[in-house]
Amino acid sequence: MYTEDQLLPLSAVSQYVHCPRRCALIHLEQVWSDNVFTAEGCVLHDKAHSGASESRGDLKILRSLRLRSLRLGITGVADVVELHRIAPSEGGVCIPGIGGTWLPFPVEYKRGAAKDIRCYEVQLCAQALCIEEMLSARIPEGALFLGEKQHRTPVAFDAVLRAETEAVCQAVQNLFAAGVTPPADHNKRCSSCSLMEACLPQSAGYGKSARKWLFRQIEEICPRDDPTVVGGDNPAAVRDRNLS
Amino acid sequence: MKKLLNTLYVTTQGAYLRQEGETVVASVERTDVLRLPIHTLAGIVCFGQVACSPPLLGLCGERGVHVSFLSEWGKFLARVTGPVSGNVLLRREQIRRSGDPVATCELARYFVLGKLANSRTVLQRAQRDHGPGTDLTRSVGMISDVVRRVQSAADTDTLRGLEGEAASAYFSAFDSMIRSQKDVFALTTRSRRPPLDPLNALLSFLYTLLAHDCESALEGVGLDPQIGFLHALRPGRPSLALDLMEEFRPILADRVALSLINLNQVNGKGFETTETGAVVMDPDTRKTVLQTWQKKKQETLQHPFLNEKVELGLLPHAQALLLARHLRGDLDAYPPFLLK
Ligand code: SF4
Repeated sequence: MYTEDQLLPLSAVSQYVHCPRRCALIHLEQVWSDNVFTAEGCVLHDKAHSGASESRGDLKILRSLRLRSLRLGITGVADVVELHRIAPSEGGVCIPGIGGTWLPFPVEYKRGAAKDIRCYEVQLCAQALCIEEMLSARIPEGALFLGEKQHRTPVAFDAVLRAETEAVCQAVQNLFAAGVTPPADHNKRCSSCSLMEACLPQSAGYGKSARKWLFRQIEEICPRDDPTVVGGDNPAAVRDRNLS
Repeated sequence: MKKLLNTLYVTTQGAYLRQEGETVVASVERTDVLRLPIHTLAGIVCFGQVACSPPLLGLCGERGVHVSFLSEWGKFLARVTGPVSGNVLLRREQIRRSGDPVATCELARYFVLGKLANSRTVLQRAQRDHGPGTDLTRSVGMISDVVRRVQSAADTDTLRGLEGEAASAYFSAFDSMIRSQKDVFALTTRSRRPPLDPLNALLSFLYTLLAHDCESALEGVGLDPQIGFLHALRPGRPSLALDLMEEFRPILADRVALSLINLNQVNGKGFETTETGAVVMDPDTRKTVLQTWQKKKQETLQHPFLNEKVELGLLPHAQALLLARHLRGDLDAYPPFLLK
């Protein structure tokens, strides 16, 4: 169990799935370019974040629900959680301030191309796990609305996805605790990454040594067998030192 | 690399800058003379009697636009920055290393190597372009020798001594690179507080501009410009900005000074000697220098480590970024910018 102080943002979880280094750059190093949040596509859902609830008989729609899980150590906001009225025997739970029993059904809207579905699925599952912990519910399923056409994709919170989500939450906790940015694993994702400029994936990646590079350059600029080298210390020169 | 943004240099005495929405408006005697959207600016440098409204300063702080105030003659007075932001872990690591003599020496070595290699390259290019002069050849050799000793120097004080040695070798050949107006722009000795001849006045002014850009670049990547390695810590001194600046002095500031002189874009009439012997530039000369500086910053070249095309004006940013990446453990060394 984590304390409230140790809770990490849910957004970091999906960023981590996308690229652990990106997660570290944003949350540990706090570097971001202006377009990061727009590119993220996670934040800008006009209606989803309006905060208003809707009710249509057996369906209620809650927006901008604050979530947390002390077990996983995460906190965040769910854009949309639908409540489907079902009997307690079928798994319906009581929701504070609302009569009846309900099955929560988390929904995420992602605009733009749906390239990296897994990170959205993990994010959605993390939300479900939070809701389960907060309401003592069991949530079998949610949905992603993807792309321009908001095409609906159901997401089953099966054992595999749950395990992966828990592992990612643990990894994010470890990352924050260590405070060390993982090296760049230069890959296809980088070309569309808004943090390219701060990340420098080519030069800060695995295996590239700046030290070797530097001393090779120096050797090229001032070769050891340079005939112009005059040896010896020059005390007068040291005395004259007057550069600003 | 990110976009090269403009620095607005305001030299008109009595100018007033204010905010209008997302725009910086400059007025002189109540007439608006200039409007620039804030997002096109990286910095504002005010010379002498130039005022900025508090809301404008607030906007600049918020958008990371650095505002510096210099005396009319280019002496640094003050700067305004927004709230401290960025990466506290990075800054803690910077402080830790500056307190560790071994780590300090290692970082100081990178800066000195960058500076020496670039000084040598500048001399060598002059040699290539104009045929070998005895001074140039001798200094190139001396600097090569110092580079050798820098590689094995055991502590930061030794490095500082070596850097001074190379600097005096470099400046002793500086005269040979001046091909025009030799009577006016002879370099006898470096004087900066105050500059006592036109060449020193010109160099000091360019170094101030470069220091402003280096300081902004460091802050932009979340480093503390005051906590340096080669330059000892001293209250009020932007030591790290001075460290970072070393590798750029010969290739940016000195080369701009040399081309201004050699192409006769500045001349002796543009400099005045004050009662105390200090030499200052007249407003037209300053304008010429600023324009040349701005143009220089737009030139591009291939960054040897990043393998990317970069505008010269972005070099301080690129290098600050690499320094931050080294301090955070991404890179096993700081690769200074090397002109080839
Ligand atoms: S540029 Fe590549 S390695 Fe760097 S944060 Fe983006 S995706 Fe990750």
